[in-house]
Order: sequence, then structure tokens, then C-alpha cells
Amino acid sequence: MERTFQGEIYLTRYLDSQGTLVQPLPDNPQLAEQLQSCYRNMILARALDTKAIALQRTGQMGTYASMLGAEAIDVTIGLCMQLDDVLVPYYRNHASQHIRGAAMEDLLLYWGGDERGNANPAMNQDFPNCVPIATQALHACGVASAMKIRGEKRCALTVCGDGGTSKGDFMEALNIAGAWQLPVVFVVNNNQWAISVPRAIQCGAPTLAQKAFSAGIRGEQVDGNDAIAMHEVLSRALDRAREGKGPTLIEALSYRLSDHTTADDATRYRDNEELKTAWEREPIKRLQTFLHQQGWWDEAQEKAWHSEVARMVQGAVERYLNTTAQPVEAMFDHLYEEMPASVQEQRDWAQVKAMKGGSHHES
Amino acid sequence: MSHNITMVEAVNLALKRAMRNSEDVVVLGEDVGPNGGVFRATVDLRDEFGPRRVLDTPLAETMIAGLCIGMAAQGLKPVAEIQFMGFIFPTLEQIICHAARLRNRTRGRLSCPMVLRAPFGGGIHAPEHHSESTEALLAHIPGLRVVIPSSPARAYGLLLAAIECPDPVIFLEPKRIYRASKQTVEDNGIPLPLDTCFTLREGSDITLISWGAMITETLQAADQLADQGVSSEVIDVASVSPLDSETLLSSVQKTGRCVIIHEAPRSGGVGAEISAILAEKGLLALQAPIARVTGYDTVMPYYRLEQHYLPNTQDIIETVQQTLAFS
Ligand SMILES: Cc1ncc(C[n+]2csc(CCOP(=O)(O)OP(=O)(O)O)c2C)c(N)n1
Ligand SMILES: [Mg+2]
Repeated sequence: MERTFQGEIYLTRYLDSQGTLVQPLPDNPQLAEQLQSCYRNMILARALDTKAIALQRTGQMGTYASMLGAEAIDVTIGLCMQLDDVLVPYYRNHASQHIRGAAMEDLLLYWGGDERGNANPAMNQDFPNCVPIATQALHACGVASAMKIRGEKRCALTVCGDGGTSKGDFMEALNIAGAWQLPVVFVVNNNQWAISVPRAIQCGAPTLAQKAFSAGIRGEQVDGNDAIAMHEVLSRALDRAREGKGPTLIEALSYRLSDHTTADDATRYRDNEELKTAWEREPIKRLQTFLHQQGWWDEAQEKAWHSEVARMVQGAVERYLNTTAQPVEAMFDHLYEEMPASVQEQRDWAQVKAMKGGSHHES
Repeated sequence: MSHNITMVEAVNLALKRAMRNSEDVVVLGEDVGPNGGVFRATVDLRDEFGPRRVLDTPLAETMIAGLCIGMAAQGLKPVAEIQFMGFIFPTLEQIICHAARLRNRTRGRLSCPMVLRAPFGGGIHAPEHHSESTEALLAHIPGLRVVIPSSPARAYGLLLAAIECPDPVIFLEPKRIYRASKQTVEDNGIPLPLDTCFTLREGSDITLISWGAMITETLQAADQLADQGVSSEVIDVASVSPLDSETLLSSVQKTGRCVIIHEAPRSGGVGAEISAILAEKGLLALQAPIARVTGYDTVMPYYRLEQHYLPNTQDIIETVQQTLAFS
């Protein structure tokens, strides 16, 4: 018998959970500056997240999907992508969305049940949040196809969870990315849980990254709680994609430190010991330790940034809470480019009903 | 034994009863195991029946539906939970191309007695894709039954019937009323019929036809109309496909007037089908045009506007008054 295929998956890590370097730093003259930016954004992400949960708990916002624990993954996505790349997110990408142009109040508006949270022109060509799991992976391939057809040096990046990798859409996306060698990067936020379903139930393979083999694309693992590793692995994959060297599947190993959403109660199915251990590996502390050790960040900066973040988040919350309600007819106005007569008729009913609180249903 | 329970508890009770009655009944889906389902409909099943019969699946709806078809063809009774109706669409190829026609295309050699349960409808401030009512899409599929309970007792009896049914059933649970009220439910294992509507209130002036969560507003409207001296007959369609046109028709033949109420968008809704049947078979009995109170032909808005989308009791009352005023 001859061997016809052999594959290996490598895990990239620079910082261990104590913030200690486990291999020499990547050769990158801007590293200090980039890591400070990562750190600042991670602090901001956590502050916004904490506030969003508080808004939900006090009835001022709807169900919210926390990004607690995913800060390194999502912040580095936001920082490593170029502005003319296209982000095709799932629903746990608040930090990258914000870094790429969404205002914090836009994010709150979306989770607060208002479509205008998706409407900020500063979001450029990025897709809005995607709730139907893994469907977005195919959109990213379509975006990447358009870039390839036009010979552009841009790329698409899409994110999903460990659960999302079980869906046909995900596998179909990997497949076409490999078949057409598309300029696309797939990031899997493997936070070990899909609501109550642990990673082991999703598939029999020891890594999710090896799904890349079946599609003939690069696959690798990275410590998703290590911002240095995330930054390095993402930058490489994005460069490769833009240079026409093919797609990459990145499995970022992390842990969902929150409930699945504010509608979930993880204590029903998750061992508290596991959560405690996961907190010891969380991404912010280890980067902080490292930056302090390097002399790239100090107590004064820490204090100043925290108060700046509190001010920024508070401002966003106020702008969110002060947003005037959409008029009822907003639910009709963006259905079609030109409003069909039948829709116009119902729009009229809805307006009348809203004005007098009466019936709209009879013509 | 009788239980004073909510609708979601009644679903749970029916699942337990069916699983106790037959080893062939298996429950599968996302988060149905230790978590007991995101709405707790499958709570305790894993403890009582074990991981062999209560299966947490990978996250893949096409897979869930396809597995059910194979299991059903082997004589099992798979009862799968699709976490929200908004995520039922990946199952449609399996349902339309296979489940709903396996019996027909093998001329009865194989069949597909499976149940897909899914919570549906708006009104709970859920995120996007969690509030739609797309029962008409499913009702349009020949070979399938589409069943919607509107009370704890009907949830219990109809789910037992769906599980006993030799054909594939989509069982849609109106989550807005999952916990809205309690009712005494007899855990007697007796199924309700899938081929009949339920007349919830008898009346002589007008027939109000609805299903699912809108039954609540419809009954409220009937109460308030009674204070105004209007006698409403209220019919819960329950099985939106196949339809029991007999019950609907004989009611309208009695009252001569009819309002159909549903939460789903207006165009191509199940209300349109009912209206067509009544026009085809009952035209001469009608004393006024059939009226509809429905959701709009728009994408279900995010939750800030959902109350504007959902029909309410006042809408029903005003439409009834207009229908009664027609001469
Ligand atoms: C097609 C589809 N099925 C089910 C759901 C309900 N649902 C929302 S999130 C989720 C779990 C997702 O887990 P994972 O992919 O690991 O992402 P995570 O939320 O953990 O980041 C499920 C089942 C959905 N949104 N879409
Ligand atoms: Mg996950």
C-alpha cells in the first residue's frame, strides 16, 4: 500500500496562560504598538459586553450574545483585516464589527431589536450579523468569488462557532473555497460549547481544523486566548488570501466564559470547575501580564484607559437609549427597491392603526 | 393522573407518555439532552430514558431531518426538535423530497412516521429569525400534516396523535403561549384527532377561525363582542394541513359571516386557503365577504416593532364589526 495522503495540524501559541512567552516573539517591528492596540480594544470589548448584559438584565435591551472570553479572537480579526476586506460575521463579533466601523450604539441597537443597528454606512460592505448558523460561510465564498473574478487583492473573512462546523453549509463553503482557491479565511471560534452541547458531540475528529483537509485547504489551530498568536496567524492567512495563495481554516481554541446568551443558564449543563479552570486561561489577563513585563504598558496607562473606556461606553449607551423609535412604516420601506401597491396598502393600514390604535386590516 | 400545567409542560408530558408507551419513540435535536431543550420541552427525558433514546445531535438541521427519515423507515418513531421554526428551512429538502413522499413513491412499501416539533411565532422579544410564522409554507407540502396546538390539553393530545400518526407530522408550538396559562391535563395517553378542527365556543352571528397563539386574542375578542351582544363561534383549526373543511363550512353555513385570524403574513397564508374553500363550497351561505385579520406581508420586524406587526384583539373586534355591518 502506498500512502496517498498525510496531514498534520499545528497549534500556534506564544503566550501561556500565565503570560509567559513559550517561543520567541514573531519578527515584527510594530509588535508593541499592535499589542497595545489589541489590549486596549480587548478592555473596551469587555466593558461593552458587561454593559450590554446589564442593559438586558434591566429590560433595556433584548437577548444578547456575550463575547466574554472571545476578546482576543474578535479584536485581532478587527485589527488584522484591512478596511476593504469584507467581514462576514456570525453573532459574536461585536468587537471586530466595532473596530471596522460600527458604532457601539449600532451594536446595542441591533440587540435592542432595531434594524438600524445594521444600517451604519461606516460598515461599508461588511455583512450584518448572521443568526442562521453557518449560512454566512457561503456568503463569504461568494464575496471572495467576486473578488477573484475581478482580480482584486482583497479577501473575505468569516466566523462561526464550533457548532457551526457541523452544518452542511460550512462544509460546502470549505469545499468551494478549496475547489476555486478563493481569497477567504474561515475562523472558527471554538469556545467548546454550542449552547449546551459540548464540542465532543459535534464531530468525531480530534480537531476542527482538519476539516480543511477534506477541502484541500490549509487548516491550523491557534490559541484563541493568546492575542499574539491570533494576530500572527490571522495576518498570515489574510496575506495569503489577498495574494491569491489560497484559503485558510483557522480553529481558534477558546472558551465561552458566559452563558450562551442572556436567555441561557449554563449552570444547568456545565460543570463549575470547568468554568473556573477556563477563567485561568482567559485572554485579557495574560496579555496584560505580558505587556507589563515588556514595559509596553503601565499602571498609569491602565487607569487612564479604563476611565476612557467607561466614558466611551457610557456615551454609546446614552446614544442608544436616546435613539428615537422607528415609525411603524419602517417595516415596509426597505422590503423592495420600489414599493409594490399591495405593500403600500398595508403600510397605509399600519400607519392608520398606529395613529389611532385602531384596525388596519380591512380595506 | 391529572396535572395543572402550561403548554410547554404538556408537550413534555406527552413526550414522556409516548416514550413510556413505546420503546420505538426516540427524541433528538439540538440541546434536547441534559439542557432539556431551550424552552425546557424535553426536560427530564434524558434522565428517564437515557442517551440511547434522547440524543443531543450535532448542529445540523438537514442532518436531523434526514436521520429521522431513515429511522422512521426502520420502524422507529423519531420526534425531533427543531430549536426554532426559523431554522426549519434546511430540513425542507428532506421533508419535501423525501419524508412527505416516501409512502407515495414506494406505493406504501416504505413510510415515514416522524414528528418534527418547532416553537414558532412572535411576541416574546426574541432575536431575529426567532419570531416568524411560516406554517403556510409547510401546509403547501402534500403528504405532510401540519398541526398547531393552542392550549395545554390540545398540545398533549395532539402531540400524542402526531407521534402515533403513520405519516410525517410537523408540530408547531406557539411559544408566545408556552407559559401563558395553566390547564388541567389528564395524562391518560389519549390522543386527539388530527383530522378535525375544534369548536371552542359556539355562536350564531359570526364564525371566528384561527389557530395557535392568536386563539388567545380571538377568544378575548369573542368575550368582548359578547358584551356587545354579538354571538361568535370560535374555531381552532389545529390541523392546518390537511384541513377539516367540514367543520369550518358547517359553522359558516350557520352564521353566514366569517373572520379568519392569523399571525402569519397575509398573502398566501393558510387563511387564504380557508377563504377559498368557504367561497367554493359556502358562497350562498355567506352574508358578507370573508375577512382576514393577519400579519403584514413584510419581513418579521425586529422586536421593537413586533407589536405593530402582530394582530391584536381590537383589530379582530373592529373587523368583526365591519363584517357584521355589511349588508
Ligand atoms: C440553523 C440554526 N440552528 C439552530 C440555531 C439556534 N442556535 C443559535 S446559537 C446555537 C449554538 C451555536 O454554537 P456554536 O456554533 O458553537 O457558536 P457559539 O454560539 O458557541 O459561539 C444554536 C443551536 C440557529 N441559530 N441556527
Ligand atoms: Mg461554540
